[in-house]
Amino acid sequence: MKDEFEPRIIGFLCNWCSYAGADLAGTSRLQYPPSLLPIRVMCSSRVDPLFVISAFLRGADAVLIAGCHPGDCHYQEGNYYARRRFACVRKVFETLGMELGRLRLSWISASEGPRFANVVTEYTEKIKKLGPNPAKKKVFL
Amino acid sequence: MSSVLKISKNAEEGLRELLRFLLEKKRVKAVFTLRKINENGTVNYSLITDSDMLEDAVPLFPLMPQNAGKLLSRLTLKEHLSEPIAAVVRPCELRAFIELVKRKQGSPENFVFISTACPGTYPLEMSVNGDIGKKIPEYEEGVKNGNIVSDIRQVCKACEHFIPYSADMTVALIGKEDIDKSCEIFLNTEKAKKLVEGMNGELIKGELETQEIKNLRSMRQEQRKKLFDEAGVEGLGLSGLVETFGRCIGCHGCGRVCPICYCVLCDFESRDYECDPSTYESELKKRGGVRVPPNTVLYHLGRLTHVSVSCVGCGMCTDVCPANIPLSTIFLKVGEEVQKLFDYIPGKDVEEAIPLTKYEKEEFAEVED
Repeated sequence: MKDEFEPRIIGFLCNWCSYAGADLAGTSRLQYPPSLLPIRVMCSSRVDPLFVISAFLRGADAVLIAGCHPGDCHYQEGNYYARRRFACVRKVFETLGMELGRLRLSWISASEGPRFANVVTEYTEKIKKLGPNPAKKKVFL
Repeated sequence: MSSVLKISKNAEEGLRELLRFLLEKKRVKAVFTLRKINENGTVNYSLITDSDMLEDAVPLFPLMPQNAGKLLSRLTLKEHLSEPIAAVVRPCELRAFIELVKRKQGSPENFVFISTACPGTYPLEMSVNGDIGKKIPEYEEGVKNGNIVSDIRQVCKACEHFIPYSADMTVALIGKEDIDKSCEIFLNTEKAKKLVEGMNGELIKGELETQEIKNLRSMRQEQRKKLFDEAGVEGLGLSGLVETFGRCIGCHGCGRVCPICYCVLCDFESRDYECDPSTYESELKKRGGVRVPPNTVLYHLGRLTHVSVSCVGCGMCTDVCPANIPLSTIFLKVGEEVQKLFDYIPGKDVEEAIPLTKYEKEEFAEVED
């Protein structure tokens, strides 16, 4: 058991919905894998593509961006911009032949503690199957 | 059919005549064009108000010493032009300028844009070693026949957007057998028609989008596919990227000359981009070795995500790369895919917002999980 691969996922969680959702999952004592390393951002649209690429190249096994559901953004429209930006990064990854499975965008509201736990569990399982991020093995970045 | 001004001189001489006319009749305050500095094929962009100095103007010279879009932005960054200036630029330079205008880095007000059906330009290094002068007859032959001129830049060979979208006047060159004797200038706007009133020459009707142009476009599309296949952009993957960008010496020249890369406070130029000793330590612990300076792949992937949506494929990045990295091929391919995603042609229409600054409420459901 000791050698089993435990993925490390960097999660950019928006302050108003997804971070609160993660809190709720905690206070509700829901069980989910300890693989997510949360970083709180004020809005999902604060996530510059550079953050994602940086995390990926530094060896994060996956990146999760989570924000309010469309229409519920604290700043009215931030998550719509975030979605476009995410689509753009995804396309860059796809065009260059890099793994798309390691990027994920999910909407998790402040009341969706169980959904948060589900997303993390499901994503962790998926990354376990994909294996460690090959960027970890690259010495020369 | 559009209005065409036909001047019985060779294409470049005809265009120079037009510029002289505009200056002497005070229809424009100045002319922005390429000017030769010596006979070896060294040219640079200049602003000219004295019509005698037009002697040295070489508006159609097949070289792009800098992307003029960036230069026009610098001219109008602080304030828009108060008097008209005629600017002779290539289609991709015009598109780059329009993209900069959308980013509030310049103003198109009072510009008269004169562009060409562009046959392409030679790599910068040919200007440095003086080869370009010998190439001119071959270039003209290629232009007349409507072929892809050999030895021009790779991106030019693969360029589909060689007819300008928003020029006031367009000099027809491609497939014109008689460019030695006559110069056809298409007047695309009412402004252009007014400006040339009283100019020596014949006003005729013509079609810019000729069969020769269509043929060249399909030839270039084919060349584009071939270029992408040969470079194997899609098969690069992480290993390919590490290998390709491993040659990078970190001069950031590609970003400096890129017309879209305009940020004054660039992340990659800042101290924040430098790694702390603790970062080196943790990376070494993880990997057992690390490149110095690190973050080369990050720099290029970062630029790709920031720039690709507006990349006009001008090719300046490849031209200045001392390590010969096929940057413009990668940017052209990634740009094409990202632009297709948003159904966007950069620099086509100044009124059309940059895709990342707008949104639809219902879209891209496929990227959500």
